[in-house]
Amino acid sequence: MPTINFTLNGKPVSLNTDPTRRFLDVLREELTLTGPKEGCGEGECGACAVLIDGHITNSCILPLGNVSGREVMTIEGYRETKRYRVLEEAYIAEGAVQCGICIPGMIIASESLLAHNPHPTDDDIRIGLSGNLCRCTGYNMIVRAVKRAATRGKGLW
Amino acid sequence: MPDIHQSVPKIDAKEKISGRMTYVADMRYDDMLYAKTVRSSQAHARIRSVRVPTLPEGYHVVDHRDIPGKNVVKMIFDDWPVFASDTVHHVGEPIMLVVGPDKRIVQTLVDAIVIDYEPLNPTFSMTDSVVNYHYDKGDPASAFKAADTTVAYDYETGYQEQAYIEPQGFIGTYDDERIHLIGSIQAPYYVKNAVIDTMACDPDAIRVVQATVGGAFGGKEEFPSLMGCQLAVALNKIKRPIKLIYEREEDMDVTTKRHPSKTRIEGAIKEGRITALRIHIGIDGGAFIGLSGVVLSRAIIAATSAYTVDNLDVSGDVYKTNTVPNGAFRGFGAPQMIYAVEMFFHHVAKHLNVDVHDFRLKHLAKQGNHTSTSGLFRDPILMPEMIERACAMSDYHTKRKAYANPEVYKGIGMSWFLHGCGFTGSGEAEHIKAKIKLEKLPDGLVYLRVAAVDMGQGAKTTLMKVAAKTLDLPLERIRYENPDTDLVPDSGPTVASRTAMVVGGLVARAATKLKKTWIDDEHQVIHEQYVQPDYVRWNQDTFTGDAYPAYSWGVNVVEVEVDKTTLEVEVKHIWSTYDVGQSLDDNIVLGQADGGTAQGVAYGYLEVMRHREGKLLHKNMTDYVIPTAVDMAKTTTELYNNPFALGPYGAKGAGELTLVGGAPAVALAIEMAIGKRVHAIPATPEYLMEVLHHAND
Repeated sequence: MPTINFTLNGKPVSLNTDPTRRFLDVLREELTLTGPKEGCGEGECGACAVLIDGHITNSCILPLGNVSGREVMTIEGYRETKRYRVLEEAYIAEGAVQCGICIPGMIIASESLLAHNPHPTDDDIRIGLSGNLCRCTGYNMIVRAVKRAATRGKGLW
Repeated sequence: MPDIHQSVPKIDAKEKISGRMTYVADMRYDDMLYAKTVRSSQAHARIRSVRVPTLPEGYHVVDHRDIPGKNVVKMIFDDWPVFASDTVHHVGEPIMLVVGPDKRIVQTLVDAIVIDYEPLNPTFSMTDSVVNYHYDKGDPASAFKAADTTVAYDYETGYQEQAYIEPQGFIGTYDDERIHLIGSIQAPYYVKNAVIDTMACDPDAIRVVQATVGGAFGGKEEFPSLMGCQLAVALNKIKRPIKLIYEREEDMDVTTKRHPSKTRIEGAIKEGRITALRIHIGIDGGAFIGLSGVVLSRAIIAATSAYTVDNLDVSGDVYKTNTVPNGAFRGFGAPQMIYAVEMFFHHVAKHLNVDVHDFRLKHLAKQGNHTSTSGLFRDPILMPEMIERACAMSDYHTKRKAYANPEVYKGIGMSWFLHGCGFTGSGEAEHIKAKIKLEKLPDGLVYLRVAAVDMGQGAKTTLMKVAAKTLDLPLERIRYENPDTDLVPDSGPTVASRTAMVVGGLVARAATKLKKTWIDDEHQVIHEQYVQPDYVRWNQDTFTGDAYPAYSWGVNVVEVEVDKTTLEVEVKHIWSTYDVGQSLDDNIVLGQADGGTAQGVAYGYLEVMRHREGKLLHKNMTDYVIPTAVDMAKTTTELYNNPFALGPYGAKGAGELTLVGGAPAVALAIEMAIGKRVHAIPATPEYLMEVLHHAND
């Protein structure tokens, strides 16, 4: 087995395991990071989203080998940041959380969107979140939460 | 504590946002095994033989021969086997579990099992009735005889998949002769009671705990009882922790869905009014009845939706077909019927060449009117002002004039609807008999011991607010853990828009008692049990009386634009007014409104699921399209205060109401946009193409 090296939530990781394994399984089973969720297993719902070099990626359709040499951030790492706290406040204030299974992925999508576009319009937000499915909220409260975070987190993104 | 309707941060939001919340798939035990299900590839066949390859050490198969008790899942109609024994009745029917330590080897074994089938004739058409209900109101025969004219139309609805983002799952352990199941479920006691029958064991031998639920919408009402029974049989045989989690395709392929339906409505018209309706609805139950009979009840009782018609002849059938069993889904039969009735009222007005809005207003139900089942609308009905407000917010009357020209391909549609709160008929009083417990510990913390499940709808936050406000304590002093049947009494399943009104009502009563008897530093326990209000009388044989203790009401207005070339529908905006009694938390109710309306509108135009010879053609998130943030329109929603005397602080049901009006509103908008009648949903571009090219008007 080749050794796969990457950075996970700021710390170096070395794994000797099958590089074709789904990265989501490696995160959840090997590294016990259960923040990323499995909703569909085919890259449609975004519940498994993680940041790879700052870009949102569905870990359920990503072979482990592809993260070699890259910087991975999951919700477990992201929740330690200032930006996270702004998003957390906004999601709570806008009532954007129902069952919650999509929310870690939504937070990752929100970060990816705001990092690339700190002042998004409503349409930008909808497009930015369109790779993440939510069945509970109808999205409007989530869109408002991202808008609120963009306004309140001035300078952070 | 401020007014109850003022929003508070949801009690579980931080844990969910941060990824710390544990769902069933996140749980594990060190010596845990994985289970996978071997399923029928045939729609209807006799099993001649099952060939299982030699199993590696530590791997097991579990099938019907391992069941100590009844090979049936206890539901309302007990006809659903835990494992198929000699005959299979639908593609995907479970035959056995393969259990072992390595998921991949388990899957290899599942694939290697060979089942020899003797094909039997399958039925896919709605012809074989297994449940039939009928009721009359007034004298429909005479009204039809006296009519100036009669009009009849047919309506169809398709499947709808709950598409909760968290697939179904359980994890279980076997310790000290006890089976302990943790699952993503809406009804802990449904699972427990079903497992007791399957295991033929003492009730104390079964413990069911709800794991945090990642969406349910009815899909985790009865189906988990099947999985729970299977897992219990496996635990009893293998006696090691076992995890049974579905992948998305398996979940979509085999779990219950909203029943496809066909409805025929015939109206007797005299002097510009509908004097009688003859309605028949047929719903496709799939291979087993399960809850379909109860779904049918709610459908036929919804026959006149928000209108009053004095003479009715209403009937319905559940048809058995060799397809995946259908079951509970938010709305529970009402969405199919309310879609048909709303379309019918519009189509009749068009036929009579009268103003649709005036025609509907003439028939709108009023306080003191008799319901479809000859019960009474006792409480104030705010619909006239809710309708006026929805019209004003959406500029409905201006737009409907402007869009009357079919060349503009824009439309605006409005639906009026109601939803009966709580179980239908005698359900609460005779079947559920909800019990709750309020437990105050010496340290002053108050625990809600209820079986109600927070599946995202905010049950924890709202019921805790009810307790805190009644006890005049800060929210932090109230505790509400995921239900565990070892700790909570059976307060019934989390279904039928009953949790806030019925369970919340019991919490308020118990809290009032606790407040009166409060003694510092003591352990106190208060018990409460549901008592049906005296005035609610229901005859299940004749379907007459008060089907529900209270009704919630709603108005949806949907505006669409249809692409002239592709006939794709874009929903532009959704305006709604709702009467849910008293909101127990505005953000939570508005969240239900947004989410429910999104599902209801998508049911009308977007969500397509079909089968071919019993095999579903849409069984993953790629093929079965649910709205994304781009598809979902902006919403404007207003809540009306109309407290119900018996609900906690006046609350009625909210969860299902918000779904039932979406489909007719969007279908009517599309109808206006294309200038042709829409008789089937989902109104996909392909369907609209057919309507435009073949229909007469």
